[in-house]
Parts: sequence; structure tokens; C-alpha cells
Amino acid sequence: MEHIAIIGNGISGVTLARHIRKLSDKKITIISAESDYFFSRTALMYVYMGHMTFEHTQPYENWFWKKNSIELKKGYVHKIDTDNKTLHFNEGDTLVYDKLVIASGSKPNKFGWPGQDLNGVQGLYSKQDLENLEIYAPNNKVCKGAVIVGGGLIGIELAEMLNSRNIPVTFLVRESSFWNGVLPEGESQMINRHIKNHHIDLRLSTNLKEIISDHNGKVKSIIIEETGEELPCDFVGLTAGVTPNISFLKDSKIKINRGVLVNRFLETNIKDVYAIGDCAEQHEAIGNRRSIEAVWYTGRMMGETLAQTICDNRMEYKPGHWFNSAKFLDIEYQTYGWVHGKKGKPDYEAHFHWKHDDDTKCITIAYHRDTNQFLGINTFGIRMRHEVFDRWLTEKRDIDYVVEHLEDANFDPEFYKRFENEIKETYNNTLQTN
Amino acid sequence: MSLKLNYSMSLGNSYGLTKTQKVASAVGMLGLFILTLALFNVEFPNKTIALTLALSMLFAGVIWFSNSMYLSKSKGIKNDGVYFKSLSSKGLTGWLIGVALTLFYIVLYFYPEYLGLAQKGEENTGLVALFDPLSQLLSGRNASQWFVYGTLYTVAILVFGYKFILKYRHNRYEQIRTISVMFFQLAFAFLIPEFMYVMNSDLPYYDLKNVWPLNYYNFEQYRIKAFINAGNIGLAMLIFGIVSIFVITPILTYKYGKRWYCSWVCGCGALAETAGDSFRQLSDKSKFAWNVERWVIHSVLVFVVLMTTAVIHSYLGNDTSKYWLTKSSFLTGVGVLLTLVFAGTMIFKRKELAKDAKYGAIGYFIVIAVLFAMYFFSKDNTLFVFKSESLRKSYGFLIGSIFSGVIGTGFYPIFGSRVWCRFGCPMAAILGFQQRLFSKFRITTNGGQCISCGNCSTYCEMGIDVRAYAQKGENIVRSSCVGCGICSAVCPRGVLKLENDSMKGRINPNEILLGNDVDLMSLVNENR
Repeated sequence: MEHIAIIGNGISGVTLARHIRKLSDKKITIISAESDYFFSRTALMYVYMGHMTFEHTQPYENWFWKKNSIELKKGYVHKIDTDNKTLHFNEGDTLVYDKLVIASGSKPNKFGWPGQDLNGVQGLYSKQDLENLEIYAPNNKVCKGAVIVGGGLIGIELAEMLNSRNIPVTFLVRESSFWNGVLPEGESQMINRHIKNHHIDLRLSTNLKEIISDHNGKVKSIIIEETGEELPCDFVGLTAGVTPNISFLKDSKIKINRGVLVNRFLETNIKDVYAIGDCAEQHEAIGNRRSIEAVWYTGRMMGETLAQTICDNRMEYKPGHWFNSAKFLDIEYQTYGWVHGKKGKPDYEAHFHWKHDDDTKCITIAYHRDTNQFLGINTFGIRMRHEVFDRWLTEKRDIDYVVEHLEDANFDPEFYKRFENEIKETYNNTLQTN
Repeated sequence: MSLKLNYSMSLGNSYGLTKTQKVASAVGMLGLFILTLALFNVEFPNKTIALTLALSMLFAGVIWFSNSMYLSKSKGIKNDGVYFKSLSSKGLTGWLIGVALTLFYIVLYFYPEYLGLAQKGEENTGLVALFDPLSQLLSGRNASQWFVYGTLYTVAILVFGYKFILKYRHNRYEQIRTISVMFFQLAFAFLIPEFMYVMNSDLPYYDLKNVWPLNYYNFEQYRIKAFINAGNIGLAMLIFGIVSIFVITPILTYKYGKRWYCSWVCGCGALAETAGDSFRQLSDKSKFAWNVERWVIHSVLVFVVLMTTAVIHSYLGNDTSKYWLTKSSFLTGVGVLLTLVFAGTMIFKRKELAKDAKYGAIGYFIVIAVLFAMYFFSKDNTLFVFKSESLRKSYGFLIGSIFSGVIGTGFYPIFGSRVWCRFGCPMAAILGFQQRLFSKFRITTNGGQCISCGNCSTYCEMGIDVRAYAQKGENIVRSSCVGCGICSAVCPRGVLKLENDSMKGRINPNEILLGNDVDLMSLVNENR
């Protein structure tokens, strides 16, 4: 029986294992040093905020793995011998595989800031990060102030978390407006205001210079690059993006760049070795996508695809239309297709923007300047149907059609106030002035 | 493990109450204290003032508390610290309240004299006497322990309903639903029955929204007699009781799912959704619990069908010339109806049942077998060795009192707020059966957007593992779902939506979720 070893028990590895099990009776081993069982990484914030316990983040009950004969091994792989198809563990033991899948995820970026390895300085990615957070920022007595460095999705989640325990948060964002490398200006600025409304001290166009230690090797304060200001704090969150977690592959024959290099079939340079999820790097980016996609959904999709290949139906990774979602404090965000911020916006891409007076809801529809073809939508504070936009993108509808039929895409709960008419009105007025 | 810190014991706990919230709690407690004094037979100089004061303080305390808790914060999900608070995470406060509630229910059901209920020929004393003025005002008679209970129950739904509305003030579905349960409790369960008594004191107490089999005693002989003796209005109520089972309920459940009843109208649901909201996350989500649920709730259903059939059978005659409905025609009617439901399900819905079918089949055969037994051995109303009277009594004791009251509500802080609705309520079983097979209702999942975070499952009061469906992109069509809408509310990614739509394609398991290669999706999803 063929033995499939999967390094990493996150969404990519687990999805892969589940699908291999559906298609075959191959022996499957999932290896992790982080946790005994698969948990939803994106839910760690809810454990800290007290919405859930850690057990609630585990999507499958503990009996699930044995019942589906998926073996779980706790251990840290420090060396991969691809010639002999053998994994070597820190604990001293080894494991022989027939096919190997690397799904080891990411780790938080550190850009060589002085003091970045002090106690009380960390990212928010792993279960261990959550445990350390409970040590250095359990409440506002132990942690009288916190600084977050890096304005992305994890940064704002960490800000919300600390805020839930009444810990004062200073949020350093390098860009001139929150996440405006991705979000168009109107949306980005609405989120700026929303962050400030939650009494989070948002500092835009602000960089970290260094982190200062106290006598015990714990963070005491930070210094801001632009002003030289020193901010006292007991905790520093580093949330300036993530990078593939592949340092254990350095001495192996598997070819790596920033991530594990794979072709469109998710195969590495070594036969029978594959990589999926956050740690996989495409030789060439697919469409508008990045060559490394550290997103929950893409990890899952790679797992779904690779299961076919491993079960003798070799299949290319061909993701469909881009989609993603997030929540900025109280504002939900969904995106379907491509809507670019100022940075990287193609010349042909034009935007229609509508914002509600209450400053918590807005949409941006991207369309082709010349053909009017619908390219994508960002929606804030209004839920929309994935299926409908996916279809409209495939059908290459134009923006008039999309605005006209927007109510078909609404996914808000029943009795919610609807905004389609207001949006249509704004749209028609905008066109007239153009 | 460091994640298991006990915050309720921690000095640095930033989840404590603010000063305003503490004062507001104290006001509410003072109201409860007046009631407690009455319970210990303290004589108040003026009962009307004491009762007014007690109830007003309860109202004022909770309303003030809720305002302070929610109005100062932005609109949105307010679950911060739920698992750090002793009350809502099975901590000491939770257990103490659980014990207190349980004791209260035991006294209420079995020792009402301790509450001060008048013994023969005497006056009410204690807590019951304190409520005499209100009862006199509404219906011109003295209070009973049930009046006290009904009043407190209604007060709880109103004040905690207010709190719930503030908590979900960004969510109109939750607000409208809560106003609905508050209205039905106040009008239908509390006021209308009192006014009906004033109009016609021969009428039995009848909460019109309480449908058989939740209202398991509705067709007992004394009630039927009372309905018939009360003339047209009594007959109308009796007919309404039957129509609501066979016409109103199936139509509404077909159109909207069982939520039209369980989380919009029902009194048990109303308490669970309002006063019980702090405990919804404590329901057991394991597959084991689901198995127990299916067996227990359907057993209760079989029990109540049998019990009611036996009771009605016991007071019917054999002579068609005296009354059109006789023992044998009644039994035949029940048998035919059950056979129609069973056969219809097996013929049209066989594919959807597969696993669950055996529960239905077993229940069906038990009931049919007993019907036969009744028919052949009905000389002295004995069924095997049980008399219909003892069946009725044991149902009333085991299910009506112990299960729905003592366990169902007393254990809120331990098992969650919907234990009765999930494991015990025969009405929920019937509605759920229909919801699963003949209803337009479902919870739709939004393509590939689920991140498996687990908020939906955690906050499902019915213990449904919502995430298990959402992460497969599969609609949720479950018998037990009461349509409270909280899974949709707490979802951080906008994945869940309660909807009524066509029956076609309602159940839609997907192996590969939306967003992946379309060829792969069609290959795998159509191969199934």
C-alpha cells in the first residue's frame, strides 16, 4: 500500500488527506509539531477574545481521524532525505514515504528590526503564538499597552483581540491608509475611520525603527522611525505579512526560492514530492494571482486538486475566479473577481464606488474602461452571493447588468435593509456626470 | 495548559462589570430579594406596592444593565469574554444558578405549598399571596402557583428580550423575531387566558399558541367536557386546537420551516432565546449527542401519541348511535393517518431518509402494535398492564414536569438553553420531521467562503455542527434547526443565510467547493 506523508496539518494538508481517503485506501500520515489535531487557524482570535474555546476551533471530532484511518504523527521534521524517501525527526525517529507533500504553511515576517526576538514580541499565526499572547498580554494589568506593526488582515485582527481585553493599542501602518495596497481609497479610508472609532490609535505612514528591551529581555518600548518617538509598551505584534515556513528544507534536494517551487501540477523538482498551501510557490503566477498565495481558500483548493493527481488522475491547479473575505472589527468584507487598489491597478480597470451615509457599508465595482466588462466587486457591510458573482464573471457580464441585477446577489439576512435602489441611483448619476 | 486560565478567579480580569452594571445588577437583585422575602412569609404592609416595586426593580435593573452593556459600544457581535465569564462557561455562578433554578422547579411542580399556595379553605400565603393583587386585577381571582410562574416567566422574556434586542441591534431578523416571541408570550400565554376566564369562567386555561403535543393535556376528558359545556366559544377553541395541528402547523412549516413556531411563537423557545441566550453556546455538539437526541425525542413523540390515543380512547364509547366518534372508529382513524404519513414518506422521500428511516419505522410499528392491542384488549381501559390514566400521569410527571421544566430550564447554565426543545419536545419532533422532508426552509451556505472557524457551531443552541455543512458548501437542512438565525449572525465571513426557497436542490452536498477549477468541480461533484 502506497504511503502518503503530509507535512503540516493545516487546511491544505487536511483537505488533501480527506480527499485522498475518499478516492483510495492509501496509507496516509499527517505530521505536525504544532497541534495534535487540525484546527482552524483563522479562529485563533476568537479563542483569545473568549468567543470560543480552543476545542471549538477543531472542525472534526477526535475520533474522525481513526475512523478514516488517517494517521496523525506529532513531530518536527528537520531533514528530508529524498533519495531514500525518508523523513528525519527532531525526536530522532524516521519515517519512510512513497509520496511526500509539503504543506507546512507560513511564519510571520520579521524584517530585521532591532529587538524583534525579544520576549513579548511575536506574530499571530500558530497555536504557540496564541499561548504566548496569553502570557504577555493576558489583560490590561500585565500589558498596559501594545503596539502592532503592519497593517494587513492579521494586524487588524490582533488589534481587535487586544481591544477586547481593554488593552490600549497603537497600530503602526507603513502605508498612507489602511491596506491600501489592496483596497481602493474610499474603502481603505472608511476602514481607517472605523478603526479609530474603536479607540485604536492608528498611525498611518509610520514605520518601526527598533524595539527596546528591559533588563529581563522583555520589550519595554518601541521607537518610531519617522519621529523618533518612544512608545512604552508590554507587547509588540509583528503582522507585516507572512513568509513560507520552509527553513527545514534548506539542506534537502528540493528546490526552493521564497517558497517550495512547484509547477502547475503542484509537483516539485523531485519526483513524488509535492507542495501545497501557503508554502508553495508557483514558477509563474497564475493570472492576477501572486506566485505565493497565503490564503485559506487557495490552500484548500490546492489540496482538492492534488488529491486527484496523487490518486492517478494527474490534474493541473487551475483556480477559478478569485474570491476572498475578511472582517475589519464590525465590518465584513467580501471580494469576488479583481478590484485593485491604487498600487498595481491596470490601466483598463475603472471603478464605481458607493458608500452608505452610516460609514460602515460600501461597495466598489471594477469594470473594463473600454468594454464595460465586469471585473470584480468589493463589498463592505453587505453580504453577497459567491455563486452569483462567480457566474457573472464567467458570463463576462457588463457593469450595467451587474448593477441592474444586484439584488440577485444579496446574501444579507432576512428583513435587513436593502440598498440596491440607492446604489442604482448613485450609479446612474455617476454615469451622467462622466 | 496556559489557555485554560480561569478568568473568573483572576484579579486582573478585564471582563468584570463596570460600576454602572454592578449598580444595575444590584437593583435587579433587590427586586428578586423582595420576592425572596415574600417566599419566607414576610408580611408586607401593602402587597400591591411590594409586588409593583419588586417587578419594577427587575425591569429597571435588566434594562439599565443592558443599556450600559450594549448602547455604549458599536453595533456588532458581542461575544467577547463569553468563555471567561463564570455565568456563561459553566463556572461557579453558572452552577449556582442552575441549582437554584432546579430547586425552584421542583418546588413549583411538586411542593407548591412551599410557595404559599393555599391549602383547602385557607388563604394564599408567601410568594403566591404577593401575586394575589395582580391576579385579582386581571381575572378577579386569587393567584395560583402557575400564575406566579406565568408572571415571572413573562417578565423574564420581556426583560431579557429587551437585552437581546440591544445585543443584536445591527440585526433586524433577530429584533423582529424577539419582538414576536415577547408579544406571543405577553398576549397569548399571559393576558388572553386571564381575559378568557373573565369572559367565561367555565373555559379551561388555554394558551392558544400551545399546540398538541406540546400541550399534551389538551384532549383530556375534563378539558373536552369543559370546551363542549362552554358553548360555541369552547367548541371554537377545541376546533382551533385540532385545526392548528392538522392545517395551520403543516402549512406554516412547509412555507417557513419550524422556526415560525420554535423561535417566533413558542413560549419555551421564547425563554430559551431571551433569558437563555447567555447559555446557548453550552449545547453539546458531538455526534454522540446527536444520536441520543434522535432516539430520545422520537421516543417522546411515540410516547405522547400513545398516551393521547389511550386517553381519548378511554373516554369514548362503543355505540355509534350515541356519538359519532367511537373507540373503534377513533383507533382506525389514528391508524389510517399514521399509515398515510408513513407510507407517503417511504414512497416519496425514501432516498433522503436512508439512515433515519429506521427510527420512523420503529416508532410507527410500536404505535400500530399498541393500537391493535388497545382494540383487542380494551375491556377495562387497560393496555397490557398500564391503564391509560397511569400512562397520562407518568407522561405528565416524566416529560411534562421533569424533562421540560426541571431539566429543560433548571439546567440552562449547564446543558444550554434548548435541552428540552432538542431532546424532549414532541412538537419539535413533528415539526422537525416535516422541516427535514417537506419544507422550503434551509440555511444556505455561500459558495466557498467558509473558513471553518466554528462560531456557527459554537453558538448553535440546538447543538447542530453547522460548520460541518458550511465547510462542505452544503445547505443545512436539519430537523432540529429552530431557525434562530444566530449562526448566520456570528459568521465572520457572511457564509450563512436562512432562506425559504423551492424544494428542488435544497440538499446539495459538494465535494469540491466553489472557487476551484470548474472541470474538477464538475468531475467530482457530478460523479457522486
